[in-house]
Amino acid sequence: MSEGRSKMDRATVEYVARLSRVALSEAELQLFSNQLSKILDYIAQLNALDTTNVEPLAQAVENVNVLREDIVKESLAPWEALANAPEKVGDFYKVPAVLE
Amino acid sequence: MDLLSATAVEIREAVSSGKVSAREVAKAYLDRIAQVDPKVHAFLYVDPDWSLSAAEAVDKKRAAGKALGALAGVPVAIKDVLCTKGIPTTCGSRILENFKPPYAATCVRKLLAADAVPIGKTNMDEFAMGSSTENSAYGPTANPWDLSRAPGGSSGGSAAAVAAGMAPLALGSDTGGSIRQPAALCGVVGMKPTYGRVSRYGLVAFASSLDQVGPFSRRVRDAARLLSVISGHDECDSTSIQSPVEDYEAALGSIKGLRVGVPKEYFVEGLDKEVEALTRKALGTLERQGAILEEVTLPHTPYAVATYYIVCTAEASSNLARYDGAHYGFRQKGTKDIIELYSQTREAGFGDEVKRRIMLGTFVLSSGYYDAYYLKGLKVRRLIKQDFDRAFEKVDVIAGPTTPTAAFKMGEKSEDPLAMYLCDIFTISAPLAGLPAISVPCGLTSEGLPAGFQIMGKVLGEKTVLSAAAAYEAAAGFDKRPRNLS
Repeated sequence: MSEGRSKMDRATVEYVARLSRVALSEAELQLFSNQLSKILDYIAQLNALDTTNVEPLAQAVENVNVLREDIVKESLAPWEALANAPEKVGDFYKVPAVLE
Repeated sequence: MDLLSATAVEIREAVSSGKVSAREVAKAYLDRIAQVDPKVHAFLYVDPDWSLSAAEAVDKKRAAGKALGALAGVPVAIKDVLCTKGIPTTCGSRILENFKPPYAATCVRKLLAADAVPIGKTNMDEFAMGSSTENSAYGPTANPWDLSRAPGGSSGGSAAAVAAGMAPLALGSDTGGSIRQPAALCGVVGMKPTYGRVSRYGLVAFASSLDQVGPFSRRVRDAARLLSVISGHDECDSTSIQSPVEDYEAALGSIKGLRVGVPKEYFVEGLDKEVEALTRKALGTLERQGAILEEVTLPHTPYAVATYYIVCTAEASSNLARYDGAHYGFRQKGTKDIIELYSQTREAGFGDEVKRRIMLGTFVLSSGYYDAYYLKGLKVRRLIKQDFDRAFEKVDVIAGPTTPTAAFKMGEKSEDPLAMYLCDIFTISAPLAGLPAISVPCGLTSEGLPAGFQIMGKVLGEKTVLSAAAAYEAAAGFDKRPRNLS
């Protein structure tokens, strides 16, 4: 977390938007660059804490290796699973061509 | 019997003893919604056929002499983040505008199995991201106490529905305060259970290590009953806790000798003077009921909001990757390849706050920033949890204000995301530490706006939290309702 310069400059916002698969408008790039920089400045206060030798905590009520019997059960029929698809062909989702 | 001011427990008794039919109850609430909701906009979906057919099924069951469930004939409003089979579930987002889940959330299934009557789906900040319900793609909800103010959020619709007498009970979800904060601002009871106490199956995911379903009600006993109904292990949610379901209502009792921790970090600058006075008065009430107050320290409290916005956005950016325009929900038309399909669909389908959080979450997880942000956040999360572990060596519950202020004006914070995030400063730690916490109304400010008193407990300490809340409620006797709604 480097201090000083704006943490979310336009190029970074464009890069993150591409990773996030969101086609931001010009106005949004500007707005989010400002807002996210402010939020990252606020988050930078965590630098004040020494966290050497602190174990990260990903889940507060720690559960490990939850297992169950592998039993075949009834599940959604293909037509139910596909009922909300924006476009479908038979039992498949339809999307624009992925390969040429 | 005035059905609109009766408690859930009273309604269930009246229905099961035949004093009133479930259909009459449902009709009374549907009429109230038709009358009041045009002003409040707590509901995104109301379908009299859905509600009345469920009510009629309860009446038939009774006529056939069958045993009735714990919520027989009680109308329950359901936050639109919970999947209802064949009934629209939008999460307050355009991207799910026409989505009808092919299955019901476990908590909804349990509700119906207890003979409750679904009365509608409630408004919310898009994907539960927000503290004012202004981030709904379908327009904001108004606070029933003052229609120019926000009800809080993200479960603002559920809180407002209960406050305005449009439902005696509601379900919400809480990730950083989304049940307790709107409960406080709307003058109702709202509880976030221990992480894993209620199954998250069918709860549309926002931040999976924090999200938890919980009850809204006007009385603590009603919340206890609803929580008993929806709690329990579910093999469809591997994070749900194995320990058996308790009868929380039966556990409500004396708090003589209860040790109540008062965290000094919750009485700081930024806490409104009137809210502070009401909170201190509530602490005094607990003391008069036999509780022992003790100052405790939660030294990492000032870092909780920053930690939360690393953890929740990281998880959200991953969870919301599923909205791709290919499998379900909205699809942007006329895109030429798959990447454009994803990017254009998400640009058009998501609102600003959701985009901001996806971006922030993607950033903190991205190569080169992961250690400095995400890993750092998880380490501070450990420190926050350790604060509670230490405090709970001395005390049974920790109590303080739910929110720093009473309800704010609509639009007041909507242009400044950081100011909005800081509304959750007192509610955000409990989910980071996985703890149960409740907000109960503790009086009105001089402007006539409710304030909430928060009681947090140990992991699976629901009984103790509910007992403390019920004892406070009985002694304080808050029975104010918003006026001028009809």
